[in-house]
Amino acid sequence: MAIAEQRRTDYQRQVVAASGWTAILHDWTTTVDHKKIGILYVLMSLVFLVIGGCEAILMRSQLLFPRYDFLPPDTFNQLFTMHGTTMVFFVGMPILIGVGNYLVPLMIGARDMAFPRMNALGFWATLFGGLLVYSSYATGGAPAIGWFAYAPLTERTFARTAATDLWALGLLVSGIGTLTAGINFIVTILGMRCPGMTLRKIPFFAWTMLWTSVQILLAIPPLTAALVMVLLDRNLGAHFFDTQNGGSAYLWQHLFWFFGHPEVYILVLPAFGMISEIIPVFSRKVLFGYEFMAAATAAIAFISMGVWSHHMFTVGMSKTLDLYFAAASLLVSIPTGIKFFNWLATMYGGKIRFASPMLFAFGFLSMFLIGGLTGIMLAIAPFNFQLSDSYFVVGHFHWVLIGGTLFGLFAGLHYWYPKVTGRMLSERMAQWQFWLLLIGFILTFGPMHISGILGMPRRIYTYEPDRGWEVWNQITTLGAAIQVPSYALFVINIVWSYFKGPLAGDDPWNAWTLEWATTSPPPAYNFEQILVVKSRRPLWDLKHPDDPDWNYE
Amino acid sequence: MSSTTNLAHEEHPLSAGSILTLTQMGMVAFLVSEVAFFSTLIVAYLTFLGKDTIGPTPLEALSLPTAIVSSVFLLASSGTIYLAEKQLHLGSLRGFQGWWTLTFLLGATFLAATAYEWSELIRVHQLTISRNLFGSTYYTLIGFHALHVSCGLVAMLAILFLSFRGDVKSEPGGGAELVSWYWHFVDCVWIVVFCIVYLWGR
Ligand code: HEM
Ligand SMILES: [Cu+2]
Repeated sequence: MAIAEQRRTDYQRQVVAASGWTAILHDWTTTVDHKKIGILYVLMSLVFLVIGGCEAILMRSQLLFPRYDFLPPDTFNQLFTMHGTTMVFFVGMPILIGVGNYLVPLMIGARDMAFPRMNALGFWATLFGGLLVYSSYATGGAPAIGWFAYAPLTERTFARTAATDLWALGLLVSGIGTLTAGINFIVTILGMRCPGMTLRKIPFFAWTMLWTSVQILLAIPPLTAALVMVLLDRNLGAHFFDTQNGGSAYLWQHLFWFFGHPEVYILVLPAFGMISEIIPVFSRKVLFGYEFMAAATAAIAFISMGVWSHHMFTVGMSKTLDLYFAAASLLVSIPTGIKFFNWLATMYGGKIRFASPMLFAFGFLSMFLIGGLTGIMLAIAPFNFQLSDSYFVVGHFHWVLIGGTLFGLFAGLHYWYPKVTGRMLSERMAQWQFWLLLIGFILTFGPMHISGILGMPRRIYTYEPDRGWEVWNQITTLGAAIQVPSYALFVINIVWSYFKGPLAGDDPWNAWTLEWATTSPPPAYNFEQILVVKSRRPLWDLKHPDDPDWNYE
Repeated sequence: MSSTTNLAHEEHPLSAGSILTLTQMGMVAFLVSEVAFFSTLIVAYLTFLGKDTIGPTPLEALSLPTAIVSSVFLLASSGTIYLAEKQLHLGSLRGFQGWWTLTFLLGATFLAATAYEWSELIRVHQLTISRNLFGSTYYTLIGFHALHVSCGLVAMLAILFLSFRGDVKSEPGGGAELVSWYWHFVDCVWIVVFCIVYLWGR
């Protein structure tokens, strides 16, 4: 503890005294250290989260009253396009990649990612892509095509300004960044584990990052190809999605959702991984059924590649296709269910500590369960015919994205913050943040299911007073307003605790994976010696030499 | 402190049980993503095959002899790059450079043949990317293949340049090997494209 403290202050003094701001800037912009790149990813995503959140609040303000004219319709279209795009491409994916970047090498006992310079390239490409998309505001307005960019809305005829080109280019560039990250994770995890760490012993988070990366490898290139086609249509007069000249809007939907569906698993698998690290540590029990969990992750990754057309039931595919895609979608719930029961079994009979990471993990478990259940409803084709493109869908996917990805992420960020900064977060602020988020979230997205069932379509900028949607919309907006201070508290907490939080020491949670074996924050080279691992919980073995895990595995 | 910073510059030890080196794994992962990319372009090509109401069809516009000749050049280059690697393995830098240069020339000829083919299509058949669906999908698919060939050629030049400085060795996961893997992949894609576009799709 004392040594870590000393190191940390030494480091801070060095950085601040010997260098000044330009040197710090230079240091961070040219870094190839996986930890710094990870931090850059996370900070960038948090900035985009604030931007995307502001867009959401603007939309919700417009929907507060029927026939309200706070925003013009075109602005509203731009807002939901940018909100969806931002949240998926510039918040969700990069923040998970960032956390993965920071943790994976540490967890597997490596000194860095396999290709450090490519790693830096990935980050800068992602950031540059985001800036490209947002630069559309400088050309007179953002794209108004939805994050799914349905054809032929994206053709020149309907989207005349450069905004749509910038959108496509931005996603293309950031997609290349994501792809390089995926390749890097795969090679790092397969090739750089420390001695003794077989694939059956890697920490579960690394395992989920591996499968997320496999999905990145298979899902991002088709999106890239589809974006190229859009750009060719718009700029060279090709006809891929130009329905006036034989092009096909249906093809776009297939290509987009072939990416778009795996994307939701890219967003949620790493959250599964974080939860699987946190629940055992805060229950003081080993992860129940590691092998089953591992197999379930692989199964989810595989099955989810084959269900994309459940986003297209209302397009009018054949009955056979409807049946196949409904069945395949329902199939995903089996491995997901396995994971759920394993998490519950891990907690069963454990000594549970309700620290903030565990609270968020509980939030994840309860909320993701509900989101999963509405997902099962939507996978049933006839039900989907009724509620497709209604607010029910908006309620569902936010429930999964926030209840799953965001709660999982917050659990992870609270859990690993002490490792990254050497300081503990304020537990009080964290608890406030949790309850505000939970309540605000339920109030925002719960009523959306009801307004959806009452027939409110999504992506409308206003509605008539006589539909009975008013009160549900008002509760929704109220919920969104309650969420705002929650996010603000998180930002305040990470900044305040960075300077004022109590020192954490190397292993504040009494955890079991390798990242806790080094100092907090870890030195540039991660570990002084290459470690040797004999079981899934190397730190347990270290602390209990009389009763090591490998006797039982 | 100094002894530990030294450690930071050490090579990463490879996991026990890894069959491939890190760069080899990276190349395999990259090529898997390339398969996904080209599959998408091929799906688009097949989706629109025969759906045109105006403009030339593949049967009217595509010249099989040109395609066969250019294919021969490209497929031959897979053989020569293999021989180049073999020379490197045997320790003959000269032999390596010879076969490697020949590979480059064969690839460049293929590219020239594609350029010739395109100019004929535009001149004789007025087939452009905006003419009809066949034009859109054909130029995109063939164009991306040609782009990959070009990237391969640039990489070959780089390796050739390094070899004159004596920086090319026969090692698993070395530059020459990776470029040759990539090159074989580009050839395989061509075989699929050739079968679909020039044989089956006509
Ligand atoms: C702070 C809480 C949030 C609120 C209040 C909110 C609100 C909204 C609203 C009002 C829409 C437009 C629905 C429509 O008119 O169709 C929307 C769409 C969307 N949101 Fe959120 N959102 C929030 C957070 C998030 C997060 C964290 C994500 C992803 C990680 C996300 C992803 C999306 C997506 C993908 C769309 C679809 C965009 C579209 O239909 O074009 N949202 N959200
Ligand atoms: Cu889906």
